[in-house]
Amino acid sequence: MIAELGHFALILALVVALAQAALPLYASFAGIPAWMALAKPAARAQFLLVAVAFAALTHAFVNSDFSLLYVANHSNRSLPLIYRVSGVWGGHEGSLLLWSLLLAAWGAAVAGRARQLPDAFGARVLAVMAMISAGFLLFMLLTSNPFARQFPAPPDGADLNPLLQDIGLAVHPPMLYAGYVGFSVAFAFAVAALIGGRVDAAWARWARPWTNIAWAFLTVGIALGSWWAYYELGWGGWWFWDPVENASFMPWLAGTALIHSLAATEKRGVFKAWTVLLAVFAFSLSLLGAFLVRSGVLTSVHAFASDPARGLFILLLFALATGGALALYAWRAPRLASRAGFELLSRESALLINNVFFGALCFAVLLGTLYPLLLDALRGAKISVGPPYFNFLFAALGAPLALAVGAGALLRWKKDRARRVLPKLLAPAALSLAAGLALPAFLPHYSLRAALAFALGCWVMLSVVPVLRAAVPAGHMWTRIPRSLAGMALAHFGVGVFIIGVTFTNAYSVERDLRIARGETREIGGYAFSFHGTAEHRGPNYQATRGEFRVRGGGRDITLHPEKRAYFSQENPMTEAAIDAGFTRDLYVALGEPLGDGAWSARIYYKPFIRWIWLGALLMALGGAIAASDARYRSRAPARMTQTAHGAAQVRA
Amino acid sequence: MKSRFAAPLLAFAAVIALLAAGLALKPHELPSPFIGKPAPPFTLPRLLAPEETFSVSQMKGNVWMLNVWASWCAACRDEHPLLNRLAQRGMRIVGLNYKDDPEDAANWLRRFGNPYSHIPRDAGGDVGIEYGVYGVPETYLIDGDGVIRFKQVGPLTADALRRKLLPAIEKLRGEKS
Repeated sequence: MIAELGHFALILALVVALAQAALPLYASFAGIPAWMALAKPAARAQFLLVAVAFAALTHAFVNSDFSLLYVANHSNRSLPLIYRVSGVWGGHEGSLLLWSLLLAAWGAAVAGRARQLPDAFGARVLAVMAMISAGFLLFMLLTSNPFARQFPAPPDGADLNPLLQDIGLAVHPPMLYAGYVGFSVAFAFAVAALIGGRVDAAWARWARPWTNIAWAFLTVGIALGSWWAYYELGWGGWWFWDPVENASFMPWLAGTALIHSLAATEKRGVFKAWTVLLAVFAFSLSLLGAFLVRSGVLTSVHAFASDPARGLFILLLFALATGGALALYAWRAPRLASRAGFELLSRESALLINNVFFGALCFAVLLGTLYPLLLDALRGAKISVGPPYFNFLFAALGAPLALAVGAGALLRWKKDRARRVLPKLLAPAALSLAAGLALPAFLPHYSLRAALAFALGCWVMLSVVPVLRAAVPAGHMWTRIPRSLAGMALAHFGVGVFIIGVTFTNAYSVERDLRIARGETREIGGYAFSFHGTAEHRGPNYQATRGEFRVRGGGRDITLHPEKRAYFSQENPMTEAAIDAGFTRDLYVALGEPLGDGAWSARIYYKPFIRWIWLGALLMALGGAIAASDARYRSRAPARMTQTAHGAAQVRA
Repeated sequence: MKSRFAAPLLAFAAVIALLAAGLALKPHELPSPFIGKPAPPFTLPRLLAPEETFSVSQMKGNVWMLNVWASWCAACRDEHPLLNRLAQRGMRIVGLNYKDDPEDAANWLRRFGNPYSHIPRDAGGDVGIEYGVYGVPETYLIDGDGVIRFKQVGPLTADALRRKLLPAIEKLRGEKS
């Protein structure tokens, strides 16, 4: 009964979304204020209805209602409560419901802040978001209904994929999706601006905090996914250039470019058409990601079970949303001319460089991800593009970008002088070079690339200092720094932390696959690992063989318990690595196979500074969130608006 | 309408066409000129025992599969459990390790299991050319006389296994006895 209520709520949500898409949009042209005003309550109602559906599905999971096909396929009675809840988004249908819920939540949030926006513009933004929402609700109801019943209900469910029974993966999809669908706000702002034919400083100021927050969610989501792959998949790596990873990375790259070009559009009124295009791209790449993951066109470890009908539906959705926006762009963008000029040495140039490089990176990932598909279409060959391609491109394009970031943030708008900027950069440059030169003295072996990359990471971190100093007049408090600047500095600092983490992990990791007998001790990365045998251990829904490793070194003794788990619901044993996490290094032990006589094959890794990779990402996300909370963006009097003859909203902030 | 503003739309149309084409494709068998022909002979060092070699002639009299794989290939991870299961049921599978780093390849097998009776290492991809390998993974079914009877381009699926490969294997085993 509750499930039918959820199903019914979804249908109602679709009806509300359709009304929210059509009426306010029409009214914004016809000039009917009462209909335009419908958009806000509709957005809230839509959120409420999808939330009811979501709650109904959660209820079915918590109470193990296996008469729902979806629940029976992704849960069972022995599953711990937390994974019964996260199991709601553990499969295609439920994750789609989560996607719709978050989309509706963003819509309701925009409605809550819509007082800032001119009526017609706000109505159009919410109408565009409702179109996207209606598309996904329709998709769910027609092809992927999570509330489908089966009779008779099986006595127990099939279990959630053990790989997904993990706290990191319970939180990863909500964060990631919040980022993906968060870009729909920037997309809707862009489409509404194209409809109105006007992009100005006020438009960019509205779009910026939404973009920042969506980007911050996406950053956290990607970092969580990488962290999960590191400790749960048991490969010891943190990024695999898997098509699904790429699918989340492309919107991130476009979103990063968008954040920067929005800054230029707000402050100087330049790059207008380009900014709008990036806003369209960021969300379109999210849609592309959804298509790639759910249609089965590319093979990947984390792809959902696929179905051609679903693939066709998402493709259609993608074609309509992005195709429509780009057609509108082709028609309207020529009027978004940017008139302000700038000199070669200026903040605008620095942001342009940022955009060129991020655009190139994004295109490179797109190409690497779609190339196998292209080859398949042309020659019928299924292949994988390997990590060498991506690693090379990111080193080649990322290094100049990192070099530019330090100087770019310090440059003045419109026009700057090298004589003013260079002295401020002298100290960070000298310090980071010295750090790069000194590095080899402290490390097991010398690597020129690692030394250069380390210097680059230091440079990015240190160059934040003159940026902050320039913002604070002598004798003033550091707390007077505006949040947008502090956020930018923190995010850039995080980039430096990330670079250093990647550098050390890549250059100085020690990985050993070895045979180890009970009582034996091996020395790896300056730590002595001794193996004290295995014991049987029973978990809630699995039986495990648990090994014991004692580790000496680094000033304290550690005991690690890697496991081999056999989940009752499936055949293949799972490897559960044991990790001792530290600020400057991780120790990682995973059990392989028993080799007889109490000996095991084991994998032991020493991973220096790997935490810095995720720490850097978290700092970037935090920086984005802080920048979004700047006083400039907070509620102010509703913008004044005048209606032109065609009903296009004109804004003077 | 200025053309440079329409460029994104045109590029997008091309992407959509590609994706639509991709949707219509399946991991499929190709009509291969090699089917019905003798498997090209080769001798290569073995991955896990580099001082030893593997030659096709060794397999004479056996029904066996040649699976082309690499540790850098994502799709290989997908089909690997099927290979493990086939090997458990006594199928002899030779894994041609294609353009791979030997250490990565050995680690990969430790992680995902080793279903292969022999693993010849095709470091330069020369044997791949002999066999007309389009991409990784690919799988060939070879009979007791050394003739290629079936070829799968792309990852094996449970479906392809059930409908094509297993019946073909049964048939070959029937012919033999």
